[in-house]
Amino acid sequence: MTCEAAFVYSNSFVNYHFRADHPFNQNRVLFTYELLKDAGAISDDQIIEPRLALDEEIKLVHDEDYVEAVKAAGSGKLAEEDALEYGIGTEDTPIFNNMHEAASLLVGGSLTAVDAVLAGKYKHALNLGGGLHHGFQRKASGFCIYNDGAIAIQYIRKKYNLKVLYVDTDAHHGDGVQWVFYDDPNVCTLSIHETGRYLFPGTGNINERGLKQGYGYSFNVPIDAFTEDESFLEVYENAFRNVVEYFKPDVIVTQNGVDAHAYDPLTHLCSTMKIYEYIPKLAHELAHEYCNGRWIALGGGGYDIWRVVPRAWAQIWKVMTTNTVFKGNLPQTWLEKYEKLSPVDLPSYWHDPGEVYTPIPRKHEITEKNMQTLEKSMQFIKNKQYRFNGLTNV
Amino acid sequence: MLVEEVMKRDVITLPPHEKIETALKLLNQYHIRHIPIVDEQNQVIGIVSDRDVRDASPSIFDRATKAEQLKNEIQSIMSSPVITVHPLDFVEEVAGIFYDQEIACVPVTEDNKLVGIVTEKDVLYTLIQLTGIHEQSSQIEIKVENKIGILPEVTNIIGSHKVNISSVLVYPYKNNYKNKILAFRVQTMNPMPIIDSLKSKGYEVLWPNMPGISK
Ligand SMILES: [Zn+2]
Ligand SMILES: [Zn+2]
Repeated sequence: MTCEAAFVYSNSFVNYHFRADHPFNQNRVLFTYELLKDAGAISDDQIIEPRLALDEEIKLVHDEDYVEAVKAAGSGKLAEEDALEYGIGTEDTPIFNNMHEAASLLVGGSLTAVDAVLAGKYKHALNLGGGLHHGFQRKASGFCIYNDGAIAIQYIRKKYNLKVLYVDTDAHHGDGVQWVFYDDPNVCTLSIHETGRYLFPGTGNINERGLKQGYGYSFNVPIDAFTEDESFLEVYENAFRNVVEYFKPDVIVTQNGVDAHAYDPLTHLCSTMKIYEYIPKLAHELAHEYCNGRWIALGGGGYDIWRVVPRAWAQIWKVMTTNTVFKGNLPQTWLEKYEKLSPVDLPSYWHDPGEVYTPIPRKHEITEKNMQTLEKSMQFIKNKQYRFNGLTNV
Repeated sequence: MLVEEVMKRDVITLPPHEKIETALKLLNQYHIRHIPIVDEQNQVIGIVSDRDVRDASPSIFDRATKAEQLKNEIQSIMSSPVITVHPLDFVEEVAGIFYDQEIACVPVTEDNKLVGIVTEKDVLYTLIQLTGIHEQSSQIEIKVENKIGILPEVTNIIGSHKVNISSVLVYPYKNNYKNKILAFRVQTMNPMPIIDSLKSKGYEVLWPNMPGISK
C-alpha cells in the first residue's frame, strides 16, 4: 500500500529557538528531514511549505491579550512582571526575538497539514514542527507558546465541521489540548503518558473524563515510570482501538512526541524504537479503517535530539507513505554528516539493538498496574449503559 | 485550613416530624447522603443518612407495608445526639473525627445553630488540594538531614534557577528521626538543572522514588 502524503517543512522551523542550552531544539526537525532525504524516502513534490497562521486563527484558542503579550515580548517591549503572568520569560519558555512569528509558523504548519488532508489531494500529512500540547489559552508553558494542535482541531471544527479524535503518545500529559476541548463532545482526546506523580504537568488522571456535554470524551491512561515497550504498546493498542470504535471520528490527529524513549533525559519511561515503529502503524491502520485515511500527525516532545528523535520521526513518514518501517542500517551519508556534531555516539541501526537501559526489576508489577489503569480508563466505554440509580454517591 | 473555608453553607434539612419518604426524595433529588434534622430554632437534633433511610425502607419481599413505613416520622430513625463541629475548627480535626467515629459527615454549628455541613468528600477534596496539583508542575523529592535551616537552603537552590514552587510537603523518613523527605512541586517541565544543583551540593534526590530502581 502506498498513500499520498504531505510533509510540511521549512528550514525556518528552527527559528523557534529559546536558548542554546534549552532542551527544546527544533534542529530535530532538520535532522529528521535530512535523514529521510539520505534514506531516499522523500521527494521534493511531497514537501509543502507551512504558511504563517493568522492572528484570528491563533485566537481560536488563545486570548487576544496573550497573543499581544507574545508579540510584545518578541520585540523586547514586555516588562518582566507582565511576561510572567503569561508564563513567558520563565526558564521553560524564555523570551526570544520574534517569538510570535516563530510560533505562528509552527501553528501555520499544522493548519497547512489540515488543509492538505481535508481540502487537498492528500490522505495524510505530517508537521513535525507542531504538537506543542502544553500551551494554555492565556499562558505559555512546558516549552509551548501557541498550542498548534488545539488550534488545528478548532480550525477543523469551524471550517470542516468534522469529528476529531486526538491521540497523544508524548510522555507528558496532553493537558493543553485536553482542557480546550474538555466540554466539547465533537472532539475526543486520548492521552497516554507517564503518571503525573513526578512528571510535568501532573494532570492526566483516569478520572479526567470531560465536562458537561464533553463528559466521556476525554480519556487518559497514566502509565508508571519505568514502563517498557510491551506494556506501553499493550496499553496504546487497546486504548486506541477502544476509543476509535466508541467515538467513530471523521479525522484523526496524532501528537507524536517521542520522549518516552529510555534515552530521553526528561522522563522516566523505558521504551525503545520498537514503540515508534508501531505507534504510527496503528494510527495509519485505524485512520484508513475509520476515517477514509484522514490522518494528520504532529511532532511534540523529544529531548534526545540525536539518537532518538530523527529515527522515531522518520518512521512516521515511512509508515504514512509505504505502510512499512525502515529496517537495518541508517544511511551512511546521514551518519557522516552528523557524527562530528553529535555529543553522543549516533546509533547505527533504525532499531535499538541490545540494551539501552538496565533491566527493570519490578517489570511484572508495573505491567500489571498499567493493565489495571487501562481497564479503569476504558471502563466508561464498557459501562456506557450505566445509569445513576439513586442512593449512591455522585 | 478552617472548617468555614471548606463547609457547604446551603444545607438541606428536615424538621423531625417530616415523613421518611420526604427524606428519600431529597436524598435522590440532591444526590446527597446526609440530612440534618433541625428544630424551629435551627438547632441540630439529629441526622439521617441514606443508609438509615434505606434500612427503614421495606425490601421487595414486603411491599405491602411499604407505604406505611415510609410515612413514619423521620425522627424515628434519626441518629442522635449528633457530633458537630465549629466553623473555626481545623479540617484536620474533622478528618480525625471521621476516622475515629467512623462517620462521614458532620453538621457545623455556631451558637447552637446550624450554619453548614462538612462531608468526607469535602475533606478529601481539601487533602487533594493540599497535596495535589493546582498548577502545571514536576515533583522533586529530596532526603535531607532533620535540622534547623535546611528548608531555606533547599528553597534557595530552587529559587536560584528562577523556578517557582507550587507546593511543599515535609514527610518523616521511615522511622528515622535523623532525616526528612521534602517533596516539592516546581513549575517547570525541566527539573534537571535543579536536580543537578541539589546533587552537587550533596543532597540526595529521590526522583522518582521507587524501591529498587533508578534510571
Ligand atoms: Zn495510508
Ligand atoms: Zn513531552
